[in-house]
Amino acid sequence: MRMFDGRVLLKQVILLFWPLISTWVQGAEKIDSCQLQVLEMLSSLGSAGGKSAKPSFVSYVTPEEIKSEKEPSRKEKHPDLLPGEVVFCSASTVLKYTQDDLSQRGVFGVLLCTNFRVSFVSDEEPTEEMGQLFKNKLYGENDIPLSCVDNIYGGSEDKRKLITGGLVKNKYPSKMIIHCKDLRVFQFSLSFSKEEDAKKIFQGIVHHCLEPKSLRCLFAFSYCENTSYPEAQRKKQTVMFDSVEDWTQDMKRTKGNCRVVSENSNFELSPKLPQYFIVPKNVSDEDLTKYQGKGLPMWCWSHHSGCALFKTASIPLVQEDNVPQTYMEKMLTAVAHNHLYSVKTEDLSDTLPTVQDILLSYNKFKQFFLIDNTTEFWMSDMKWFSSLDNCGWLDIIRQCLQKAVEVVESLEKENTNVLIMEEGGSDLCCVVSSLVQLMLDPYYRTLLGFQSLVQKEWVAGGHAFLDRSNHLHLKDKVESQSPVFLLFLECVWQLQQQHGPAFQFSETYLTVLSDSVHVPVFTTFLFNNDGHRDSLLRAESPHTQRSPLNCPTVWDWSVQFDCKAQDLFTNPLYTEKPKQDTSVRKSYRPRHLRQLSLPSSAFKTPPKKGFFKDEADNLKKILGVKRLSRWMLSPSSDSPQTSSSVREFYEAWQTKPLDYHGLLLPCLDGPSIRVWMQRYLRWIHDVQILGGGPVAMLSKVSEILGEVQELQRQLDRHGCTLTSNHKGARPRAKTAAAVIAARSSVRLSSSFPFVTSRNWAFKPAIPTSLLQSLMVTGMPGNLADREDDGGPESLV
Amino acid sequence: TKFSQLSSPPPNFFGGASRESLKMEPLADCSLLPGEERIIDKDIIYICPFSGALKGKVFITNYRLYFKSADADPAVTLDVPLGAIGRVEKMGGASSRGENSYGLDITCKDMRNLRFALKQEGHSRRDIFDILFKYAFPLSHGLLLFAYLSQEKFEENGWSVYKPMEEFRRQGLPNDKWRVTFINANYELCDTYPTILVVPFKATEEDLRKVCTFRSRGRIPVLSWIHRENQAVICRCSQPLVGMSGKRNKDDERYLDLIREANGTAKLTIYDARPSVNAVANKATGGGYEGDDAYQNAELVFLDIHNIHVMRESLKKLKDIVYPNVEESHWLSSLESTHWLEHIKLVISGAIQVADKISGGNSVVVHCSDGWDRTAQLTSLAMLMLDSHYRTLRGFQVLLEKEWIGFGHKFANRIGHGDKNHADQDRSPIFVQFIDCVWQMTKQFPTAFEFNERLLVTILDHLFSCRFGTFLFNCERARDTNELRSKTVSLWSLVNSDLSFYQNPFYTPESNRVLYPVASMRHLELWVTYYIRWNPRIRQQQQSPVEQRYIELLALRDEYLKKLEELQLSDSSPNSSHLSNSSTPNAASPTQHITHLHTPF
Repeated sequence: MRMFDGRVLLKQVILLFWPLISTWVQGAEKIDSCQLQVLEMLSSLGSAGGKSAKPSFVSYVTPEEIKSEKEPSRKEKHPDLLPGEVVFCSASTVLKYTQDDLSQRGVFGVLLCTNFRVSFVSDEEPTEEMGQLFKNKLYGENDIPLSCVDNIYGGSEDKRKLITGGLVKNKYPSKMIIHCKDLRVFQFSLSFSKEEDAKKIFQGIVHHCLEPKSLRCLFAFSYCENTSYPEAQRKKQTVMFDSVEDWTQDMKRTKGNCRVVSENSNFELSPKLPQYFIVPKNVSDEDLTKYQGKGLPMWCWSHHSGCALFKTASIPLVQEDNVPQTYMEKMLTAVAHNHLYSVKTEDLSDTLPTVQDILLSYNKFKQFFLIDNTTEFWMSDMKWFSSLDNCGWLDIIRQCLQKAVEVVESLEKENTNVLIMEEGGSDLCCVVSSLVQLMLDPYYRTLLGFQSLVQKEWVAGGHAFLDRSNHLHLKDKVESQSPVFLLFLECVWQLQQQHGPAFQFSETYLTVLSDSVHVPVFTTFLFNNDGHRDSLLRAESPHTQRSPLNCPTVWDWSVQFDCKAQDLFTNPLYTEKPKQDTSVRKSYRPRHLRQLSLPSSAFKTPPKKGFFKDEADNLKKILGVKRLSRWMLSPSSDSPQTSSSVREFYEAWQTKPLDYHGLLLPCLDGPSIRVWMQRYLRWIHDVQILGGGPVAMLSKVSEILGEVQELQRQLDRHGCTLTSNHKGARPRAKTAAAVIAARSSVRLSSSFPFVTSRNWAFKPAIPTSLLQSLMVTGMPGNLADREDDGGPESLV
Repeated sequence: TKFSQLSSPPPNFFGGASRESLKMEPLADCSLLPGEERIIDKDIIYICPFSGALKGKVFITNYRLYFKSADADPAVTLDVPLGAIGRVEKMGGASSRGENSYGLDITCKDMRNLRFALKQEGHSRRDIFDILFKYAFPLSHGLLLFAYLSQEKFEENGWSVYKPMEEFRRQGLPNDKWRVTFINANYELCDTYPTILVVPFKATEEDLRKVCTFRSRGRIPVLSWIHRENQAVICRCSQPLVGMSGKRNKDDERYLDLIREANGTAKLTIYDARPSVNAVANKATGGGYEGDDAYQNAELVFLDIHNIHVMRESLKKLKDIVYPNVEESHWLSSLESTHWLEHIKLVISGAIQVADKISGGNSVVVHCSDGWDRTAQLTSLAMLMLDSHYRTLRGFQVLLEKEWIGFGHKFANRIGHGDKNHADQDRSPIFVQFIDCVWQMTKQFPTAFEFNERLLVTILDHLFSCRFGTFLFNCERARDTNELRSKTVSLWSLVNSDLSFYQNPFYTPESNRVLYPVASMRHLELWVTYYIRWNPRIRQQQQSPVEQRYIELLALRDEYLKKLEELQLSDSSPNSSHLSNSSTPNAASPTQHITHLHTPF
């Protein structure tokens, strides 16, 4: 009897998945024993499960029956828990819909909520691990880290309602839709689970994903208490900017001449100020804390000409008295005095979108990719360009890049110091200063250099990662939420798209980095500033008297990916700077490097180095003028002018031969700013280009690169010394062996490496709604109705 | 006044045909093609939309307009084949005020406009205007197209690229279901069809003649392509002459059923490329579509692709937003409002449906109104998806010769070669649109095509240039009458004499692979390097950095292999001899796998 019930259930399952099974069986080259069993079972049950049988949820089996049947196996169904991970609640017989269509197909399994993630464990035997080379060690394709949950919707039939927490007492929807911050969409049906379980899991997920919580509840803390990471190894890779040495080193590297402040190493000056930072030499000790660090010019980077980029949190100019004004003047003098150049100040709050604008725009933008079903996707396809335009996201990216180019122009062409500022000084200042450095300094385009840049400008620079991501769902922080860091990565992606060979890291690296922000394990993204991090990690340390809790940073990539997967982080197009130039860099770059010295025809000769007699007065005058033109006036009034100046600057740069190890500027024209396809389209089945996309080309480059490297090894073994002129072209990047391995087993698609094509039936996607009416309207003289060959007189 | 050959012209800036022009014999001031003659030189001011007014000299020959600036650095040059000129107009009058207000305004077919200013005294533009008007539109002035004057010689003869019988044999035709007919040998059955046709084996010559009466312009359904394994076929034709009264024709119905029968297709799918409203409207002029009750074993699918007039206006709008300056505010919305990519999407998704049906073993018939515009787009794109042979350099030439030139796409009317009537309603960029679709495919599948973007741009340049005979005239019959193949040179002569220039280094042959591009706006992009190539701010890279890097690495690999072999020769150790067996330097096979080189050390 029991056996019979099982067969009924299995038949149900088979009916449900018949379309899947049939394609799976057709597509499989060899049918293994498990599949044979299914087939035998199917034939023994008769031919009721024909292709035409539409799966239906008017089940012949009551949930209770399913429940009782499932009970014995339930205990084993849980994901491999991480150290410190605890299961809060779970429900079995949850149906996970296959995402790509409207039909009610899916897979049954157990849905769990732990202190780290929402996890779905399929009842089916896991398919072969083929194509799983890019597996994240912390979470799998059916796991959603709690901080990665963006929105939860409750659904019944056609309706869909946003769940906002709190309101879910005693009720639960039959369908739960989860939108993730990495743009995955999950749809679960709870109607087959035991009522009590369903309620529990729904409320559990809503509670743990949406309700306010304390920082200590984030998974990182219980995870780190139960794991240990060798810190020494990480140290020698990415510069963390958590010591005087790191800052001194970086200043020396760029030949900067400022003062490293170490007085705040125990946050005695202010917990809001970075632990270590650099200010102009002439800033006195009492200046440091005058306005809680506001108005204090923080050194970012020095140009080889001697001028430098500084950023600061602006002082609100509301007071009647002139104190902040005088203080600011003093600071500006300090900036200028130190470097003997003029200063330009730029208040980013006036010229760039606010963090709220950024959030609003991104929220509109991301909706285009959170696709619940195919029909919806194709419906939106016709209006894709204008929707994209209207959400303004690409325009925000363009504005940030343009602002960075303006700053680059000041440093590069006019050789003036630049002080960028905004309220807080740690959002758009971080975006712009990091972009400027990426454009000017090839070191930051290496993988380690880039990570060091993020440490310097964002982590040490005090970007409020915690508030901006609002991992804790605090009601009073809703306003401060904003994807500023993502905006920066978007801008980097644009640069990388336009100048591929200039970057050592790949597009995949950027995508993974953008995902990692939502994995609550890395200290990198969990705090608002140095002081915040320090106090919390100390408080949480198991050995209270000794070192603070040791948590991995996001740069410990081995926490998430094995070596093979990490190979995909390097860009096969990148070549290192030829050796002979390294010595040049050491003795610092001479002015004659072509790409770095652009014609300054439109400008008078920049002020010469050296300070004599009454030049101090001159300087004051210069300062006065500059400040008036840039500081007091509303900068928006001269924006058309600046944009045309930026264009000139770009054009002048463009006529020079391109050097990937020199200055890089982005093209900002309409067609050049694009959508980050890999990040945004990777989960949408209908737009995967099977066997195509840029990866088809890059994998061939990787392939040949592997061959060349192998040959080099062989030549080295033969004791053959390669002539020096080969060193430049000689690739030193790690072999992307993973790509090659993938090539032979799975056909790559445009979403490589995030989705592998193993499960896909080889069917082309045909737009389901070709709305002709959209086009016919608005045609002058209704040309659409005309015959192909005939003048106006033969009009119908 | 004499100037020497340009040392380094800005890539792609003057005439797309820049590559060939470097090979030209330097004659007098400007390098001329064999058969090209100078007509007039003149000092002139070119109003460059990017660098402002430039003084210089213009040369007009019977083939081109050539301008070189005298004072700009770097020198600005223009090299425009007269065939690319669509319209020449006078700008301003003798009394016009303002600087540079008196001159010529030239509209080109290749997405640019040129403006020249002259001195107002002494009717200085009269001679140049007259000459330009005459030589840009030779057919309107009783002159020959330049292709008939050219004396160019190439190593290869491009006219031998396509031999219809050979191509049918390659497809495995004729066979027991399909036969070759010479009924149209003298263009008596259909004057716009080629001479050799493939039709169902069971259809007699008499049947063909009867069907002919029921199809617009006699363009009966004939085979374009057959699937080797499942024997499903793509047939093409024009619309049936149903008319207002809903006429039926038993012969036509039976004939379509013969097509269906040939491989046992249960239901023949007829793809009508038009929007259904247009198909209905066509009944009023005697046309129409296959009705359900008349063609019981067929299903009719409309593909919603618009007509030539809509496409012409769409490209015109596109030009407005990209030339001379790229529309800045709301670029994407402007792009959308041209509908150009939307049309591309519809054409590609139509072709995907055709290819998908064929892959599934079902035969299809494709038609639009006359079967020479949208039909050619759909059949040739579907064939490109289905048959990897057409993705090779020579195979692609065959595809164009067969589906476009052979089956009578009206190039002469659509392009208006040598014709002054710029407002002709018959003109339309249908072929440009098709090449754009091909480009979209090469973009989505960068390793699947043997040819590169340069070939596509070259094709479009010579679509207008009138330097080669390839795209002249409307149909084979007209070509025969005008002795095209004996009196002109084929574009493929140029291309095939320098194949490596048009080769895609990433090409990885994969026969039997069906390519399904994604026909979503998310993946369709504007072909910037064609439509916006005149804008110097759009960086013109001769080679993409990826391509450059790949070629560098290929060269490096070959060098290392050679070095390794040398070392092994000098090294008598038996251990290392295995390497030379497994790996030979061969740039032509970049697919060589790394595992071949593994050494068991």
